[in-house]
Amino acid sequence: MSDERIKQVSAIRRAMIRPELGAICGTILVFVFFFMIAGDSGMFSAEGVQNWGVVSAQFAIIAVGACLLMIAGEFDLSVGSMIGFAGVVIAILSVQWGLPVWLSIIAAFVVCMAIGALNGFLVIKTGLPSFIVTLAFLYILRGLTIWLSILTTRQTIIGGVKEAAEGDPLAWLFGGVIFKGFFQWLGDIGVIETFTRGSRMGQPVVDGIPMLVVWALGLVIFGHWLLTKTRFGNWIFASGGDAQAARYVGVPVNRVKILMFMFTAFCATVFATCQVMEFGSAAADRGLLKEFEAIICVVIGGALLTGGYGSVIGAALGALIFGVVQQGLFFAGAESSLFRVFLGGILIFAVIMNTYIRRMITGER
Amino acid sequence: MSTPLIEMDNIEKHFGPVIALGGVSFNVMEGECHCLLGDNGAGKSTFIKTMSGVHKPTKGVMRVSGQDVAFSSPRDAMEAGIATVYQDLAMIPLMSVTRNFWMGREPRKSFGPFKWIDFKHANKVTMDEMSSMGINLREPEQAVGTLSGGERQTVAIARAVHFGAKVLILDEPTSALGVRQTSNVLATIDRVRKSGIGVIFITHNVRHAMAVGDRFTVLNRGQTHGTAKRGEIKPEELQDMMAGGQELAQLEGSLGGTV
Repeated sequence: MSDERIKQVSAIRRAMIRPELGAICGTILVFVFFFMIAGDSGMFSAEGVQNWGVVSAQFAIIAVGACLLMIAGEFDLSVGSMIGFAGVVIAILSVQWGLPVWLSIIAAFVVCMAIGALNGFLVIKTGLPSFIVTLAFLYILRGLTIWLSILTTRQTIIGGVKEAAEGDPLAWLFGGVIFKGFFQWLGDIGVIETFTRGSRMGQPVVDGIPMLVVWALGLVIFGHWLLTKTRFGNWIFASGGDAQAARYVGVPVNRVKILMFMFTAFCATVFATCQVMEFGSAAADRGLLKEFEAIICVVIGGALLTGGYGSVIGAALGALIFGVVQQGLFFAGAESSLFRVFLGGILIFAVIMNTYIRRMITGER
Repeated sequence: MSTPLIEMDNIEKHFGPVIALGGVSFNVMEGECHCLLGDNGAGKSTFIKTMSGVHKPTKGVMRVSGQDVAFSSPRDAMEAGIATVYQDLAMIPLMSVTRNFWMGREPRKSFGPFKWIDFKHANKVTMDEMSSMGINLREPEQAVGTLSGGERQTVAIARAVHFGAKVLILDEPTSALGVRQTSNVLATIDRVRKSGIGVIFITHNVRHAMAVGDRFTVLNRGQTHGTAKRGEIKPEELQDMMAGGQELAQLEGSLGGTV
């Protein structure tokens, strides 16, 4: 009963119909572009790579959470506020209250994931769009963050975390670097530059891979595996694709959605913790607009805003594009405000592309 | 053979002051296709939702293979071997045929604490089940959205059969389909019936019902108007019973018997 009107689909076309397509092309384009205009500016030296690598990794961490949540059919606009909130929680608990840093970090994770669960619970129970519920939390969390910070320290920046984290068993997991020896060796044999003066003379300019990047890679691999290979991943697609159809075959849609809200909160807290450990301080205004940047990464990565379709690898490439362009414009000496113009432009372009790809997949006309 | 797979005895369902079902009796035997006919608003949806565990009956007894049952969720009904294929909600278009087929019951492999879907097995079973239903997929990874409406219904039916349904409830499977797709679905119903599954075919199209039905029950305004065996009743009579008699007879006269 084969249908003679359906043309045999070529391998190329089949390879093209995948969510990551746009992001793969975009990544190649962006790298070629910056090789041409900023190739000799140090952007692709070890230090330059570390520079945009870290920025991309930051985007990637929150993009993985936003991606899985969006595929499950929901948004979280409170990610940015949660980043500020988690950071201030860690700083207040460790610096002001004198708790060990590891305990403060665990407390921040517990509190933030509980708020994520509350977000999800409200969305499920009220049936309201997650856009509205999490928009409320965008304001609630930001307000609480500033209030808590001023209440305990009379200022909106809380320093001293670096000193408190000295020798802490858990802080290293967020603020340290790995492969130090390897990078020292690279420096010694002259592959990467070393400092020629000062107290760090002889050390390589890049002393290892920051834990932030390790977290980003780990989350991307985990998210991709979870989504494409596991039963839970199938349920994520199903919950976002058609929640009612999924319920009819026994998929626990509510549980899936609430867990994805919690995972998004987890990613936001990882971001916040890494940032606090890097700067040695927390500030109430951290994470502004991050929720939208995460969503843009996800959309560039090919996910549909309506849920049910997308890719973690795509979102990670979206984050890479994001980081490379933001830092690349700086290396190229371009006006950095143009970055926002670029963002808006690429967002529209990506959404149009995705709609087109969706039509190709489902054969809609 | 004498015990029905599922038996609904004098089922009533009230929603507040509204009596949606006022004492409906219905049963289906092994290997039989029992058509439930009714016009819009006759109570067909309420009735199938009661059978599939979505609603609890206000009065009346449900029996599965002779045993009294009370379903508290669709899950219970599924475990008792009652599978429902809804017209629009059968499949998720953006997901692949395999992912849809196994949704909620994905086969898994594990290594230590890690568990993942056994896609090789899942794809093979999906392809086999689909070709046994007469649909040759290009590849199991193709999105359900690329299939026609009739093929989607067939995937949903194949899924229910594969997972051990004893009773298959089909909610207007043909009402949105073209002529050729309809005959494909009707052929699938016939195939399923021959394998010993009891099929409950809900429709308001008498011709579709006549094509595959063994018995026919007409539901009108929450009441059954009796059950007739194949050959005992003419399509025109069924049509009349669905519409509640006279008016349609007149209408049909003016339309030249084409309805």
